[in-house]
Amino acid sequence: MGRRLKFNIFRCNPLDSDSIPHTDTFFLDETDSMTLFIVLTRIREEKDSSLQFDFCCRAGICGSCAMVINGRPGLACKTLTKELPTEITLMPLPVFKLVGDLSVDTGTWFRATNERIGSWIHTSAKFDADAQEERMDNALAEEIYELERCVECGCCVAACGTANMRDDFLGAVALNRIARFMLDPRDQRKEGEYFEVIGTDEGIFGCMGLLACEDVCPKELPLQDQLGILRRKMGWSAVKHLFRLG
Amino acid sequence: MLSLETEFTDLLCIGAGLAGERVAVEAAAAGFQSICLSIVPPRRSHSSAAQGGMQASLGNCIKGDGDNPDVHFADTVKGSDWGCDQEVARLFVDTAPKAVREMAFWGIPWNRVVPGKSTYFKGGEQFEKVEVREKEGLITARDFGGTAKWRTCYTSDGTGHTLLYTMDNKVVELGVKVHDRMEAISLIHNGETCTGAVVRCLKTGKLKAYLAKATLIATGGYGKIYRESTNAVINDGGGAIMALDTGIVPIGNPEAIQFHPTGIVPTNILVTEGCRGDGGTLLDVDEKRFMPGYEPGKAELASRDVVSRWMTHHIREGHGVKSPYGDHLWLDIRHLGEKHIKTKLREVEEICNNFLGVDPITALIPVRPAQHYSMGGVRTDKDGAAHGLKGLFAAGEAACWDMHGFNRLGGNSLAETIVAGRIVGGKIVEFLEGYDVAFDTALVQTSITRERERIDRLVSSKDGHENVYEIRNAMQNELMDRVGIFRNGADLQTAVDNLQEIHERAKKVGLRSNGVGADPELALALKIRGMVKLALCVSHAALQRTESRGCHAREDYDARNDRDWLSRTLATWKEGDTLPTLDYEPVSKVMELPPGSRGYGASKIISAEGKVTEKESEPMLGD
Repeated sequence: MGRRLKFNIFRCNPLDSDSIPHTDTFFLDETDSMTLFIVLTRIREEKDSSLQFDFCCRAGICGSCAMVINGRPGLACKTLTKELPTEITLMPLPVFKLVGDLSVDTGTWFRATNERIGSWIHTSAKFDADAQEERMDNALAEEIYELERCVECGCCVAACGTANMRDDFLGAVALNRIARFMLDPRDQRKEGEYFEVIGTDEGIFGCMGLLACEDVCPKELPLQDQLGILRRKMGWSAVKHLFRLG
Repeated sequence: MLSLETEFTDLLCIGAGLAGERVAVEAAAAGFQSICLSIVPPRRSHSSAAQGGMQASLGNCIKGDGDNPDVHFADTVKGSDWGCDQEVARLFVDTAPKAVREMAFWGIPWNRVVPGKSTYFKGGEQFEKVEVREKEGLITARDFGGTAKWRTCYTSDGTGHTLLYTMDNKVVELGVKVHDRMEAISLIHNGETCTGAVVRCLKTGKLKAYLAKATLIATGGYGKIYRESTNAVINDGGGAIMALDTGIVPIGNPEAIQFHPTGIVPTNILVTEGCRGDGGTLLDVDEKRFMPGYEPGKAELASRDVVSRWMTHHIREGHGVKSPYGDHLWLDIRHLGEKHIKTKLREVEEICNNFLGVDPITALIPVRPAQHYSMGGVRTDKDGAAHGLKGLFAAGEAACWDMHGFNRLGGNSLAETIVAGRIVGGKIVEFLEGYDVAFDTALVQTSITRERERIDRLVSSKDGHENVYEIRNAMQNELMDRVGIFRNGADLQTAVDNLQEIHERAKKVGLRSNGVGADPELALALKIRGMVKLALCVSHAALQRTESRGCHAREDYDARNDRDWLSRTLATWKEGDTLPTLDYEPVSKVMELPPGSRGYGASKIISAEGKVTEKESEPMLGD
């Protein structure tokens, strides 16, 4: 208690021809258990009602509120002010298109990515509503769930060296998603089909191994391991591919 | 030619959470063009926050042995305190197992039966169970929400999340369009038929007309009309407001609101009732236990409504802990020990550390009761067709279908989204087959012009300079303080009177910001009158219902009165009125399970014949 916090917030409304990108400064007295959700809501309601940002669940589940907090991508709802210095700078995520201030358009990016990688169970089987379900080992179900926990917040994309240089890079989020489907026996795609999707410079071979994705992931997904596994598998596929072509 | 951008589609789903997307999937699979609108990217919908699971009577796990749709039906009807539509409850329980298996087929990594011995906790005690070999690998279930059998299918602590992602994968696979950051602000209708909606883009602020043969409201609940709510920021009742604004479509049972005793302060994130089940205690400002004083026998283990009531009472008596976010109480689980907290209550430990910066192993957790679920919503028939307008449908928490009556069971809300989506989707397909509608361009133009004028008046502060956030706070305070868990005639009357004044003020809102682009203040300003009208529906219906049923608990009418109130409230709002019009209909055409005792909770019942029976409360825990 007792700290007076200074917030430097990036401002720009692309729809307003009078708006030029700049930083606005706001001051708030720190309160107990103060998160950036509390901070930004108070600033909008008490100081500047035009301030744009995104929150939804405010409980670390939906992935809406990713932003760059003192230089590091993270979920604002999960960030306590007491873990930050007195001066806090908030910027929108890079890579994604700016909607305004701290709000970026992740929806368009993720829909396009999910279309591109075929993010669904590919199967020729037909569902029979009256039949008992296919059995699955619980350990496998939990392994799939571990990768399924991604909330598509965009932190790994914003922190990625390749994604910041190239628009067409899939990023850890999409590669992790593919790893999830490769684990799943219900998906009938063959390794060669996965290779078509990610065995390129826009996919796994574009990864420079900087691994900021793993450092910033708010769900602490094992992205480093998954990228390593995919690179190995796709490396072998590439070799097989060469011989087939040759 | 219309002077604006227009989209045409067979089906327009307003809302892209689980219910909206499940309906769209059904229509798309039948070859109909579907567009979903969503305020947020679809995978951020509030469905993702339902962590507990989805009830379906598969009966695979040993504690679910012998389960079937009949047992699930009885749990659901009793849970509703006989307020539900029993035909709908029957449809729901019969379809739920199929819906769970279908989701497995589409990719849900449901937890599965692991044969052999394992232990579980209940009421602070440890028990043992043995799963059988023959069921290995089938979908398992957990204990949740006070049901007769373990019936809640789950994926670890993220069932809503996996369901929503898998459903949206299906949406992507089928090529269903999702227009995200698009907010429907009014329905296009001629008093008989609904033909779409006027929509505001939350990226650019532009208005757009969506014309559709069938329109579905699947916007979730309206918890954010309360000050303290576990609901997401976006659950402000947009769909219910559009329905009310028609003057024709009724909101069913608006007064049926569920609360949860332990939301953390300040963000109202839930911590499970398992904390108390395992031996956690509630403390006041002097760090003294107060529940034994009010409930000597059961203390903290009394039912959630009773605990919430005494918490609210104790705070009002001045024993709350003062904080910048209002008064609260403490939840103490320190004595359970590090090992127990880190294994059996891991989620609680994570929530406290991540969102409070409090370590529950060594420190107290600030808590207070919070609004949790709205059983009421857009009244539909069992096909999901809204009362009053042809071509309008509703599903999920936004609808009053009505399988929850006056109390929803844990695990039945997530199940409803998928099951209702499947059933209502099928009925919409039947509706669309061979159906044609004439789009009235003059009507569309009038509807758009009306909204554009509304926006212009707000931006130019033509009607006044009321601050939209102050109006919202005033409304939320009324509901929280006087239309909360335990209600009485005097407080409800005061709330109705005050909300009528607030409604007048809401007409005079003017913006502080310039309204250009995706202005967030304008988004709220466009909704605020509707939110206050909805708040009046809740309060006025609660005032009129002179009985206690499920979550509607009247201190001055403590009996469930089947003689006079075995009925569903239907609230409509006529143009220019200052209060909703309340009508009533029988709760159910079919009474497969006749009204009786729920077998838990305090019950005083006035039967249809006027006979009074009374029973004491039993402990009950669950989310």
